[in-house]
Amino acid sequence: MADTHAPATGVTPADPHAISHEDAHHIAKHRNGYLMVGGLLLLFTAITVWLSYVDFGSQNANIVVAMIVATFKASLVAAIFMHLKGERPTIWRFLFFTAIFVAGLFLLTWLHEADPITGTLKAVR
Amino acid sequence: MEIPYNVSARPDTGLYNAKLGIWLFLASEVMLFGGLFSAYVFLRLGAEPGYWPHGLLNVPVGTFNTAVLIISSVTVVFAWAALKMRQFFQYKLFMAITILCGVLFLVIKLAYEWPDKFNHFGIFISKGAAAEYEKYLGNEHLAELRHAPRYEISGHLLDAPKGSPYEEVARKNAEHFRHELHEKGIHAEHEPVVQTDDPNDYVIQLDAANAEAHTPEGIKEGSKPHFWPRERSMETAVIKAADVDSASTFAPRHSSYFSSYFLITGLHGLHVLGGIIVFVYFWLPISGGANLYKRNPEHLANRVEVAGLFWHFVDLVWIFVFPIFYLL
Repeated sequence: MADTHAPATGVTPADPHAISHEDAHHIAKHRNGYLMVGGLLLLFTAITVWLSYVDFGSQNANIVVAMIVATFKASLVAAIFMHLKGERPTIWRFLFFTAIFVAGLFLLTWLHEADPITGTLKAVR
Repeated sequence: MEIPYNVSARPDTGLYNAKLGIWLFLASEVMLFGGLFSAYVFLRLGAEPGYWPHGLLNVPVGTFNTAVLIISSVTVVFAWAALKMRQFFQYKLFMAITILCGVLFLVIKLAYEWPDKFNHFGIFISKGAAAEYEKYLGNEHLAELRHAPRYEISGHLLDAPKGSPYEEVARKNAEHFRHELHEKGIHAEHEPVVQTDDPNDYVIQLDAANAEAHTPEGIKEGSKPHFWPRERSMETAVIKAADVDSASTFAPRHSSYFSSYFLITGLHGLHVLGGIIVFVYFWLPISGGANLYKRNPEHLANRVEVAGLFWHFVDLVWIFVFPIFYLL
């Protein structure tokens, strides 16, 4: 980046158009990575579709398999396209707490569905 | 006054401000979609066997739209990389492709997929009367295969009970169906029932799965969803209003499945629209958009990176939406 070493005042560097040869080379290399990830995502989309027609024994087993593939695809998008790989700890901290809160959200729904605390839901069903 | 740290990083966070902002926003977005997904999981787990539709969406179209979004994610990151390398023309090109991909996604969704659903009709037979419609449901064989039973007969509505909100649609469909029968040369005694004199009847032109439910092939095939959507059969079924649990087009009121589908894909579509608007703003030769390149290309690169982060998130949500609604 041209302005990595700029003074920490937020003022733009003297020549905002400047870019080092090294940076350009660095980004050009990254572009190949983006293309490869894009190709992988398309490939895994096809695999997801194909797997949904394979019988894994039960509908639930098929759901688990599809979710594993989807999670893998989502991780690729987050790590490479969204630059999470090598991102600052501040952002990882945000995401860590978000993950906990989402898990809490799903837990609340599960408590409603399974009713493990009062055990009275079965009686009315 | 100039907003600080929109180009260089703030020393304490190590990030320029907009990046910190977008990630906080995306965290709240995760909660928004997380809440809807957890509601979906709960509704699905709580559904009685046979009441969670399967195979009603168009898989090839959904797959194509998934590919469109993935390609747009690649092009938006290429647009950002072009700015970083100070290749303005490439930036404009990749951004234009991204915008076109977003528009294509929405057009397919709104001009084809959704209207196609609104034109499709489903009738849930009450459990007590299901035996009378066994020919179209094929539940005996589904039970042998240990599959969930089927209670829905779907297709094109040709005749609705008197006073039903679907009377007008049915009349138009019937007209079209008669025309089709005529074109295919099906006449007189072979002609299926299109309308009845009884004001309490539904008449429906059957989907292939229901039409074949009683044939040996249908027993084998009908229980499995197909990749390529199959053509509607030329057979019709007459259903008494008294035997019906609920009847509706494939609209949100049809079932928890379709209300989740329209809510989540609708909200996702609004996000796609929002992304397109921001990208168009960055593409146009205006002060906050492409003209910013002349003053400070790094600032424009950061703007595109932040909007790109949002766009990738929208792609990420679709990666989960596609299998749970289209495939499972």
